[in-house]
Amino acid sequence: MTETTLDAAGRPLAAETSTRAAPAGYWRGVARRLRYDYVTLLFIALIAAIALAAIFAPLIAPFDPYKSSMIYRLKPIGYRGFLLGTDELGRDMLSRLTYGGRSSLMMGLTPVILATAIGGSLGLVAGYLGGWVNALIMRTMDVFYAFPSVLLAVAISGTLGGGVVNGLIALTLVFIPPLCRVAEGATTQIRDRDFVEAARASGASATSIIFYHVLRNVSAPVLIYASSLISVSILLAAGLSFLGLGVEPPTADWGLMLSTLRQSIYVQPLICALPGLAIFIVSLSFNLVSDGLRQAMDVRS
Amino acid sequence: MRSDIAFSPTAPADPRDRGGSAQPMLIVEHLQKYFPIRGGVLSRKVAVARAVDDVSFSVSKGETLGIVGESGCGKSTLARLIMCLLPLDRGSIVFDGDPVGGQRGLSLRELRRNLQIVFQDSDSSLNPRLPIQASVAYGPRVHGMRGAAAHKLARDLLQRVGLAPDLFGARYPHELSGGQKQRVNIARALALNPRALILDEAVSALDKSVEAQVLNLLRELKSQFNLTYIFISHDLNVVQYISDRVLVMYLGQVVEIGDVEAIFARPKHPYTRALLDSRLGLDPDHRVDTAPLAGDPPNPINPPPGCRFSSRCPFAEPLCTAQAPGLLGGHGSAAHFAACHMADPGSGHSHAGEAPPSLAQPAADGTRAGS
Amino acid sequence: MSLAQAIPDVATKAPLVQVRDLHVSFVSREETVRAVNGVSFDLMPGEVLCIIGESGSGKSVTMRALMRLLPRKRAVITGELRVGAHDMIALDERRLSEIRGSVVSMVFQEPMTALDPVYTVGRQITETILRHQRCGRRTAWARALEILQLVRIPSPERRLHAYPHELSGGLRQRALIAMALSCRPSLLLADEPTTALDATVQIQVLILLRKLQKEFGMGLIFVTHDLGVAAQIADRVAVMYAGQIVEEGSARDVLMQPRHPYTIGMLSSTVTAEARGRDIEAIAGSPPDMRVLMQGCSFAPRCRFSVAACSTTTPEPVAVGDRHSARCIRLPETFDPAAR
Repeated sequence: MTETTLDAAGRPLAAETSTRAAPAGYWRGVARRLRYDYVTLLFIALIAAIALAAIFAPLIAPFDPYKSSMIYRLKPIGYRGFLLGTDELGRDMLSRLTYGGRSSLMMGLTPVILATAIGGSLGLVAGYLGGWVNALIMRTMDVFYAFPSVLLAVAISGTLGGGVVNGLIALTLVFIPPLCRVAEGATTQIRDRDFVEAARASGASATSIIFYHVLRNVSAPVLIYASSLISVSILLAAGLSFLGLGVEPPTADWGLMLSTLRQSIYVQPLICALPGLAIFIVSLSFNLVSDGLRQAMDVRS
Repeated sequence: MRSDIAFSPTAPADPRDRGGSAQPMLIVEHLQKYFPIRGGVLSRKVAVARAVDDVSFSVSKGETLGIVGESGCGKSTLARLIMCLLPLDRGSIVFDGDPVGGQRGLSLRELRRNLQIVFQDSDSSLNPRLPIQASVAYGPRVHGMRGAAAHKLARDLLQRVGLAPDLFGARYPHELSGGQKQRVNIARALALNPRALILDEAVSALDKSVEAQVLNLLRELKSQFNLTYIFISHDLNVVQYISDRVLVMYLGQVVEIGDVEAIFARPKHPYTRALLDSRLGLDPDHRVDTAPLAGDPPNPINPPPGCRFSSRCPFAEPLCTAQAPGLLGGHGSAAHFAACHMADPGSGHSHAGEAPPSLAQPAADGTRAGS
Repeated sequence: MSLAQAIPDVATKAPLVQVRDLHVSFVSREETVRAVNGVSFDLMPGEVLCIIGESGSGKSVTMRALMRLLPRKRAVITGELRVGAHDMIALDERRLSEIRGSVVSMVFQEPMTALDPVYTVGRQITETILRHQRCGRRTAWARALEILQLVRIPSPERRLHAYPHELSGGLRQRALIAMALSCRPSLLLADEPTTALDATVQIQVLILLRKLQKEFGMGLIFVTHDLGVAAQIADRVAVMYAGQIVEEGSARDVLMQPRHPYTIGMLSSTVTAEARGRDIEAIAGSPPDMRVLMQGCSFAPRCRFSVAACSTTTPEPVAVGDRHSARCIRLPETFDPAAR
């Protein structure tokens, strides 16, 4: 493609050569770059498949996940129509894994989405306003930072008591500080750039600058970081239910299944590993997709 | 809504003119900005940097005022003070007869519609995640223009600064060269149809051949849009080329101001003389062998007492450290002021009334280029 | 190793630096950027060569290639690079680090980033000396003091104990020069060392560099985009455009009687007082995209003198005077004084 630079009066100056095509909007560009990233696409498809299976679990699961049977306890993979065998109460593993995806994905996504909204906004405000507002917000976050995230999740959900909702609240609280810090760091960097100054010089208000200029630049690092937290959230939720906090039996949940099956590890090691494998695949997928997003969201690539 | 944006070359009688042609476009008086230097665990104020200290000048309509000085002389702070991007410690700004701020004065929004700025760093001045057309359209939209109209205006302006909107409008900043990005920044500054433009080292980061293109563009736009320029630069050649009047700053203060011919041909201040002598000629047979000044510009945190240039001035006398010289000079059309005891015949300086002689010696041994 | 080995006998007039047909390209998965495309030049001992070019012309890459500072994986270097008796292409990393700092030294544009902020200036200079010379810490410290005096740093003893951030820009650049000279190199490479400095400081540093270069009898390759700086310091000048040297000759020849259209354009677009009130003769357009290899002369699209043949044949250097050559097929036309 040949392009032309014009001089001030609009006359063509000289021909330049370039291989670039005219870019479309930002998100269209992200989609275009993703289209050639087959690894990321594959794992997006995998996550979508798992999510669909979880949503349509009643249609897919061959058996009732809560129907136990003393006869069919801990049967091996492929035993009499139990494609993935049965657990210690004789419930069908495939059905339980399919249903378990519902709980695990919800425990993975909800806290991250909530924490992104809350932590991200706090970080944006702290970063843009600076001064004592920044000090107040960021020092509060530092207090949370002083504890390891697992310990914090256990402590909060221990205080609140068991149950799904309390588990979600605990995880959300755990993820707010790191997200807030990422948003604040990115905002501080953007705030000092000349284009923000130029926007102020053209009479724009702080809200307009935050929403039009800052958010656009901060959203990428925050979203990328958030997507990498999903796997952490699934693992933490699994850890909570393993400890008897968060999701309670007999709900089908990967973490909980891992916890209850551990006693049978010498009888059916393969079956005991299945919920762990599910957690591993999902968290790995989210991590890889997060890496892919990082590349796709960079306008320069 | 903003029907006053008309892009026909403006007639000599600008309809936006309020104060008449004799009223200066901009008057700043006694501007002062001290930055506190904080240190220690409790971040207490330990010192002040006198970035801009009692600066006064005016810019007539349609004129280009060049501001020169070395790094740390406060020229960029001055630009931000005039734009009200930084709060003033002291002083007043009058734009076309209207005082800025206060109850009855010009609002910040109005000032910024009429006065725009182009920064040095063409890259940092553009939002990396916005196509350049959207960056140009942002200003008018902030001032209430509808999206479609703003984009039409942006495309028109891109064309005017020499970037074909069909090819460039949808591009992101990283897809442009430095010169092209600076053209976008100029278009962005023009989008609000301002009457005056502050160019803060706007061509300094560009390659020489590109700098020449942008300077030509600025000259052309000035007459097309009936603009007044405040042109800040450290490059004396460029300032001499583009300015009608020149203001020389040193450590936050004005040391000399006057017509470009007077400043460059008959500088009254030894600092201006030294700046002129530090320019590098293109003839390898006429090299400079002695530096006109020794050392670096001192820190604005603890400026020398009396005349701030006295610590580097080859003509400094006890009088200079004891008493700060005032900005003195003749009035009238060829007003040329200098803040130096040498420029004041009655000051008591031993060289009083003399112009500072050139300090740079051409190579005595006839250092010659070539083999 | 001793310095005597590194410096070829001046009397034989063997060049200190020999670069032949240097090509550098940066290869990544997506694209190949051909930064340097066939650069050849010689530098005699004690000579100052200025490489002039705009950003992206390949001038800094040429310098870094000469010191083998480019990332080995990404930068593909071909051609011949000789400094004194050393074949810089063949040397392994260990031998290279022996040579860097002792035979060849480099001064960078940004002294703040080139100096380590956590060590004092004295510590950094003595480290360099100790790395290359067998002597005690005391002797090294004395040498460091001596070298600071040489670069005219006021109250040098105090400055040896100073951290880089405590020095002003000009002093920092002097400290960097001191560090580069601490082992008496026979070749100094300077990459825009005065660009970040104020005008009144720049002239001081230029005069200092010129003086030290004479005293030490060093070869100096000085990269700059500023024609005025080149006029101040250069014996010889090489003008680079799109990864090639388009014109080379003595400073006087190239700056006063330029023959290549690009050099002519650079000089005429330099802002001077005479141009007041009219347009500057700018070179139109912008430099080529180095990812796309162009046929013919890479300056042709911006050139006033270009004809159809320019975009088909790549011009070879043509001698236009005593050690003065230009890569252009329209040289008879560029000589016409009326065309200037």
